[in-house]
This record gives sequence, structure tokens and C-alpha cells, in this order.
Amino acid sequence: MEKKHGPAKGNSYGMVIDLDKCTGCGTCMVACAAENNLAVRPDESDKQRSITWMRLYKVTNGKDFPYTEVSYFPRPCMHCDHHTPCVSVCPATATETDPHTGIVSQIYTRCIGCRYCMAACPYHARTFNWWDGYFPKGKGIERYLSPEVSPRMRGVVEKCTFCHHRLMRAKTQAYTEDRRELEEGEYITACTEACPAQAITFGDLKNPEHKVSRLAKSPYAFRLLERLGTEPKVYYLSTKDWVRKLGDNYLPGEFKPVSTVKAG
Amino acid sequence: MFPFVFEWQWSADHYIFLGLLYLALLIIGVGVHVVAIKTVLQILGILRERHFDH
Amino acid sequence: MDSALIPEGVKRCSPKVFFFWTLPWIALLLWGAVSAALCLLVGLNQTNMSDYFAFAVWIVVDLAIIALGAGAFFTGFLTYIIGKKELKDIINAAVIIGFICYSGAVAMLGIDIGQPIRGWFIFWHVNVHSMLAEVSFCITCYLGVLAIEYLPIILENREIKKVRTLRLAGENLHGIMAVFAATGAFLSFFHQGSLGGLFGVMYARPFDIRGGFYVWPWTFFLFILSAMAAGPSFTILCTKLTEKIARKHLVPEKAFQTLAKISGSLLCFYVVLKIIDTLVWVFGNVPRAGLSFMDFFKEGPYGVWLLVLEILVFGVVPAIILITPSARKSEGWLITGCLMNCIGIVLNRFTFTIVSLAIPVMPFDKFVSYLPTWQEWGVSVAVIGYGFLLFSLSYRYLPIFPKERELNAATK
Repeated sequence: MEKKHGPAKGNSYGMVIDLDKCTGCGTCMVACAAENNLAVRPDESDKQRSITWMRLYKVTNGKDFPYTEVSYFPRPCMHCDHHTPCVSVCPATATETDPHTGIVSQIYTRCIGCRYCMAACPYHARTFNWWDGYFPKGKGIERYLSPEVSPRMRGVVEKCTFCHHRLMRAKTQAYTEDRRELEEGEYITACTEACPAQAITFGDLKNPEHKVSRLAKSPYAFRLLERLGTEPKVYYLSTKDWVRKLGDNYLPGEFKPVSTVKAG
Repeated sequence: MFPFVFEWQWSADHYIFLGLLYLALLIIGVGVHVVAIKTVLQILGILRERHFDH
Repeated sequence: MDSALIPEGVKRCSPKVFFFWTLPWIALLLWGAVSAALCLLVGLNQTNMSDYFAFAVWIVVDLAIIALGAGAFFTGFLTYIIGKKELKDIINAAVIIGFICYSGAVAMLGIDIGQPIRGWFIFWHVNVHSMLAEVSFCITCYLGVLAIEYLPIILENREIKKVRTLRLAGENLHGIMAVFAATGAFLSFFHQGSLGGLFGVMYARPFDIRGGFYVWPWTFFLFILSAMAAGPSFTILCTKLTEKIARKHLVPEKAFQTLAKISGSLLCFYVVLKIIDTLVWVFGNVPRAGLSFMDFFKEGPYGVWLLVLEILVFGVVPAIILITPSARKSEGWLITGCLMNCIGIVLNRFTFTIVSLAIPVMPFDKFVSYLPTWQEWGVSVAVIGYGFLLFSLSYRYLPIFPKERELNAATK
């Protein structure tokens, strides 16, 4: 398929994460790891080399007690739409932005492990298999491993796929019911489903009926590193200015608080 | 099996990149073949040896 | 013992002394072999690379040796295409140095990628828009060209030359060397440039983004220029080192002076363009990303001093040295200038690789640090061992310096 560097045709699956609701519990990380057969390590303390597709960042407003505020940024892969940084640099065409769904895929069996995509991604959404996959026996791990998601071998890059296998599952179901369109909620990611605060909303950004497309247009919505022009499909909602300010780099005076956004 | 069979669509970028690449490889290939053929012909006595001063 | 293999009319040390000379280089190669074996068998966890440091010391060494090995293509271009006859006395050495650098880089890359057996996928499933694909294609083809350029030198060995077929093949190869030099220059132009393009196209990393011309960021052209400037300097350094160790003149001064002058002029041109590019980046690209230049150095050991060192101390200073005729003619200054030139280019490659990956992009992300493991050092220094070994063998058994006999006739 010829790679089109531009907005996706057809569906454009995206996510809106309400940071005011996010409690930082980490269930999204655990659900993602369980759903996608993420390998573990005997010692997971080296966070720079452990595999996680969804990563939770803790941020504070930097003020002292009693004015301290804390928030969390759950960061899946942004599935960047415009000239996707990782896709354009992969030398072996192991990653692609699907024009029909907007999902940035990864072909594990084609990836040669050059890690150029990892250098290009500003969100650090991509992880590398520095070790062979480790699924210790006798610890019950085999009970949650999913047959729908291929495990990765050593030396390849992996990342959040917006639970693409769930899209396949939903499409298969729809086909059997003689439908070609998916209803809202038929295809959602594991993290969306698992979040106890229901902070994550997932759906088709191009479909005006989907909640995601309405939330993405909220004045409180912002994206990470929007100025770079990557056009991420993960939006964040926050009524707090200090949280919104952390979404991008601003020179003094450049950041516009929400009140001006609402009025403008 | 061949990359040109599926998911490959020729575009201007492909023509330029692969065109230049194959041109460079062609020049190198032809050069090596010319040398090989010339050497064989000289061994067979069909061509005369050239004498160089380095 | 091996006197039959040594070129006619020149003196080489005894086989015993030569054997002892090779030992440290073999030791380095062994260290590299053990490190490489560990990385291939156990995995890249043997290194200190991480999800933040996807590129590390191996990439720095790769970029550096490819830039320094540019002397091969550029000297070939100057000799066969431009027609600078005096460089014929040094072109063989330049080709061997180039071959060592490129084959070492390719070998190192084979260890660096996560799935080396799949390395050929870059060719089979190529993404023509990727700079890395362009790099791989051109480097592989150019390595082939270098091997073809190295072959006639090997075929000039005294014993090999006795076989008529091989002698004729060598002479015929030599006859059409200009074709290979031209193709080599074309391929080198593109891969030296795409190595710079690797970083310039990462538009999501403010430390690396640059403007450009069509699909080529300015780093593309800057890397080509800096390689053309540093390559001849490295050739001069290696040849001077050989002269010092062998204790004899091997190359007429004119060849050194020509290379040094061209190297210095190109370095001047490069430094001016680099300063302009840096200023445009600092005052244009960086603020557009919402950052100020000093934001890059808020944490960590890197600072503006690194850029000052790279561009001014190891850029402007060697440029001045090399374009000043009186400094060029003094051996001490010549070597200093060439050495500083090479160091500057290595610093440039280091800054683009290590520093750009250490600096966070997201505001809540952290600066990360990195130091190589002994396995990484092993593979890196193995290239040095390989280089010394191959060059020593070539110097001992092949007539790589055409003017050696003439320059040493008086002392014989």
C-alpha cells in the first residue's frame, strides 16, 4: 500500500484521556501488559529497559505544600497522523500508518532492530526487546496470555497498537452479522476498558457521533507536543492550566490559559 | 516472495531512488566485467598487454 | 622468512618484530570478538543502551569512522577526476584506510542491529523515504567499490604478480580506476549526506531539526562537507603515523601539502556554514518548538562549551592552521591541524548522536545519561585493532607507496 503522508481516509481511531479523572492507579498499564503479552523481566527496576506500551508519567505543579498539585499523564502511542516520525524513518518498512484506520502498525517479523524509529519518536512510545521474551513458568502468566497477539522476539521494536487485534475481532463479529460499520464501543482498547475512573474514551475521531470526536473539540483538549506538527491522535482533557502547560514546550508568554481559549 | 509482488506500489520516489542505485550498480558491474573479459582475452592472446609506468 | 612477499627494493622489519607488533592489535580484536559474541548470543542487553539511548557509542564510532574514511573517495576524486597527479603517491593508502573504515563500520552495524540476520531486509523491503535506507544502500555499494579499488593493490604483491592472470587483472582494474572513483564519489556524496540527513529529518526532536532544501535537511550538506574536510586530514595523519613508526619517508611532501590545503579550505567553508546553520537553528527552529537554546542544557554534563569546542576550538583553529602555508609546511603544525580537524568532526557526530538522545522533548521527561559497557568498548576498539592490523599487513607486503624507493634511495 502506498504510504500516504497525510490525514487518514476512512476511520481515524483516537483517544481522549481526561486527566482530571485519572487517579494514576496504573490499571491501564497493567491491562495493556496483560492484553498484549508484554514480556516481563525478573527484575523490572530498570525502567529505561523494561517493556511497557502505556506509560504513566507523574507530574506536579512544582509548588510547596499546601499548594502542591499532582497529576498523571498516561501515555500510549500517539499514532501520529501527519508524516508520522517513526514511519518515515524506518528503513525496512516495518511500521506503517494505515490510511483506513489511522493506526500505526509494527511488523515484528520484519523489524531489524535498528532503533531509528525509537530515536525519532519524541514521546518515547516505542520500546525495544533488549532480552529474549521472558514468561516465567509456574507463575500463572500463561493463563492470561492472549492467542490474538503475537509475542515479540529479542531485538525488535514494539509499541502500543491501539489493541488492533480487538479491531479485527470486532470487524469479524460485524461481518458475521452482515455489517460493515462498527458501532461505538464495539472496538475499544484494553486500557479504555480497564480504567476504573473511565478517564479514557476511545473511538473514531472522524465520526461526529462518537464521543471521542466531541471531546477532542473541547476547549480543554490539548495534545502532547502539538507544536512539532506530529498530529497525534491522543487528546488530553484538563481544566488545570498548569497541566495543560506541561503538554508542550512554551517560551515565556506563549502559553494561553484556558480562560482565553474559551473566550477566543 | 519478491517484494514487488504485494503491497508495493511504484511511485516517483521509487523510480528515482532505485533508478540511481541500479545505475551505479550497473556501472560497477560493467566495469568489473570489462576487466574480467579483457584479462581473459589477454591470456588467450587475442588482446595485447598494455604496459604502464606507475 | 617472508622476504619473498615483501615488495622489491624496500626494507621491512624482521618477521619476529612484526609478529610482536601485531600482538596488541590482535588482543583488541579478541576483546572485540568476545564482546560481539556476547551481544549476538545473549542480546543487546550486554550494552548500556536503553529505550532512551537507542543510538549510542557504536553509532558515534560508525559515523566518525565513515566521516574519517571519506579520504578514500575524496582523494580518489581529486586524483582520477580532477587530475591532481601528486596524490597518486598517497591514493593507495587512502583507499586502504577507507576500506578499513567502511568494513569496520559495516561489521559494527551487524552487531548493533537487534536482528543481524535480518539485515538484508533493508534492501528487500526498502522504504525509499528513509534516510537510513539510503545510508545502507550507498555504504554497501561503496564498500564494494572500495574492495574493487583495494584489489589491484593486493594484486601488486610480488608473489601474486608472478601469476600472469592476476597481474593482468590488476593492471586492467587499475586502467579503469577512474570509473570506480567517479562512482565511488557519487555513492559517497549520498551516504555521507544521508548520515547527516538521519538527524535532520527527525523533525520531532528540536535538538536535531533543521530547515533544508527539498527533502534534504541542511545537516545533509554539512555532513558531506565535514567528511570531505576531515577525510584527507585523517589520511595525512595515518600516513604520517606510518612514516613515524617505519622511520622513513613514504610520501613526497607535495601530496601532503595538497591534501592539507584542500582539507583546510573545505574546513573553513564548512565552519562558516556550520556557524550560520547553528545560528539559524538557535534563533529560528528552536524557538518555533517552544524552547530556548539554553533549555537543552538545563540538566546534565553537556553545555554550550560542547558546541564552542566543536565549532571554534576544533573547527576554526585547525582551519586557520591548515590554510596558513607556513603552518602547513611545519610538520608539527600540520599534524596538530589535522588532528584537531578530525577531533572536531568526531565531536560533531557525538553531539548529534549522544547529546540529542539525552535531551528530553516532552516537558515532563527527564534528561538521561549513558556510559558504554566494556562490551561496547570492545566492539569499538576492535575496529582500531583491525585497522592497525590490516594496514600493517598491507604496508609490509604491498607496494602501497609508489615513491618509497625513490625517497629512501639516498639512505640505502
